[in-house]
Amino acid sequence: MKKILDVKNLNVSFNTYGGEVKAVRGVNFDLHKGETLAIVGESGSGKSVTTKALMGLLPKPHGYVKEGEILFEDKDIAKLSEKELQKIRGKDLSMIFQDPMTSLNPTMKVGTQIMEGLIKHQKMSKTQAKERALELLKLVKIPNAEERIKQYPHQFSGGMRQRVVVAIALACNPKVLIADEPTTALDVTIQAQILDLMKDIQKKTDSSIIFITHDLGVVANVADRVAVMYAGKIVEIGTVDEIFYNPKHPYTWGLLGSMPTLDSDDSELYAIPGTPPDLLNPPKGDAFAPRNQFAMDIDFEEQPPMFKVSDTHYAATWLLDERAPKIDPPESVQKRIDSMASNDGKGDM
Amino acid sequence: MGQEREKLLEIKNLKQHFRTGRKSVVKAVDGLTFDVYKGETLGLVGESGCGKSTTGRTIIRLYDATDGQVLFKGEDVQGKLSNKELKKFNREMQMIFQDPYSSLNPRMTVMDIIAEGIDVHNLANNENERKERVYELLELVGLDKQHANRYPHEFSGGQRQRIGVARALAVKPEFIIADEPISALDVSIQAQVVNLLKKLQKDRGLTFLFIAHDLSMVKYISDRIAVMYFGKMVELADSDELYRNPLHPYTKSLLSAIPLPDPDYERNRVRAEYDPNDHDTSEVPEFREVTPGHWVLCTTKEFEAYKAN
Repeated sequence: MKKILDVKNLNVSFNTYGGEVKAVRGVNFDLHKGETLAIVGESGSGKSVTTKALMGLLPKPHGYVKEGEILFEDKDIAKLSEKELQKIRGKDLSMIFQDPMTSLNPTMKVGTQIMEGLIKHQKMSKTQAKERALELLKLVKIPNAEERIKQYPHQFSGGMRQRVVVAIALACNPKVLIADEPTTALDVTIQAQILDLMKDIQKKTDSSIIFITHDLGVVANVADRVAVMYAGKIVEIGTVDEIFYNPKHPYTWGLLGSMPTLDSDDSELYAIPGTPPDLLNPPKGDAFAPRNQFAMDIDFEEQPPMFKVSDTHYAATWLLDERAPKIDPPESVQKRIDSMASNDGKGDM
Repeated sequence: MGQEREKLLEIKNLKQHFRTGRKSVVKAVDGLTFDVYKGETLGLVGESGCGKSTTGRTIIRLYDATDGQVLFKGEDVQGKLSNKELKKFNREMQMIFQDPYSSLNPRMTVMDIIAEGIDVHNLANNENERKERVYELLELVGLDKQHANRYPHEFSGGQRQRIGVARALAVKPEFIIADEPISALDVSIQAQVVNLLKKLQKDRGLTFLFIAHDLSMVKYISDRIAVMYFGKMVELADSDELYRNPLHPYTKSLLSAIPLPDPDYERNRVRAEYDPNDHDTSEVPEFREVTPGHWVLCTTKEFEAYKAN
């Protein structure tokens, strides 16, 4: 598969009154054509900052790429000027934001907002742009598009607004679509519709998607590959099956264990103790060590490298070192994995 | 659901209508009837705007009900009450709010936030007792007593929600309404708070009304679940029964929409869509008991069909 995006050793920092906050600390991943990569993690883990860096949307000057490369079609996005960025942004790289209530301009008709990018990037005339906007509204399944195109955002419901946001993001046939928690603000039934819509459109346009979320259920639904982030680092990356059925990092175990399944019994949920670390002074060693019940002495001393589990599956935990004792996931997590395997995807409710 | 269980709360035909203009009225809650048994957790689920939060807020009298009765231990708590009666009722029923950021007064110390109820109800005889009580509560919810002199902004979301829980428990209530207490928290922290709520319920025999839209969490914490749609309750059943055998088409579509953390399952899932127009509109549907303890909003014809299954 063709590599479309290659992120190498990305470090992003923010200068604050308290000092330098290292929000992203050495992230490596790539994105292939037509695939969906999900990035999961808690708030503050650096997942949104990573995508902001990809889009060149870091708040300047206090947020900056300290080190590393973001290669998009052999160009390093991190080094482009604002003017060059504007040529890519919205055209090749496009973004769907979390909150459909605030990401649209309330004073502009939705049609005009969709046409904006088309006129700017594709050099379309107004009539052409309008035709394309109408097409897009139909693509995202907004009923009665001819009427709706003339309306303002406040006349749309949350789910319909998010469809408009998707339409804007898709307007110029982007090669990479970055969706930052696109369904978090929506109800489950609407969420299901938007997810189906995005998958459907991906099939038609063959674009690549980076999907940021903290909902593992959504990840299982949309992702081909998954990257788990913690304290500014990717701690585990692999195909969706590898992450869900054969997780290796204790943090991934914790995330999986803390969600109840529909057939789980009354036993206590597996909760990760404590809270995420302060990235103003990232801890020495593995940032997850203080919350990790399996932490060894070395975890507090040295950061674990990425250990290879398979060609596509890597995890940063000393537990995978050959000198480490063999530790199985906690019982509740193992039980969940077993029950998923026995379900065999038949899944009837 | 046996009849022998004690009813803590009986809600009869509760209505909450808001006037939004001269002629327009929003029927946020439109004729709810249900019971909450002592010591159980009743989950209340539905989409945003279906009236689930309004229901909780009306029960605890943050809003005055438009119509209907709320009987708490057999006494009607809606309508005019003397200050004394109100105070007694307020002590027995408490609420945990959704947003741990806006539900704590930023100008008060944790000590004063938690002790506010203790002060109002004169539950402590002297300053020392008040302090001891707050320390006890902090420990109960997994915080430290040295946290008492800090302000809310010094805490994380999960810790704040624990403070909110401690505040609710301060007056030793019997019934707690938890309005989406975990929606604003991270996944790993959600599990901590849910475990805490479950433990408290077991240790103290509390009764919960748990309002949420996260169905898998609701299933986990609730004994029974009520599903709301547009101000009406469409289904009420034991949580296992509801998940195994949902009857109302809306419940079915809601259940089929929950994404589960299982990739194989997700690849093969089939979603059910709900179209309110599928119902027979010539007859006003009623809330009927199909099997013992399993209630569904249905017309006579639908009722017969459900029964036949």
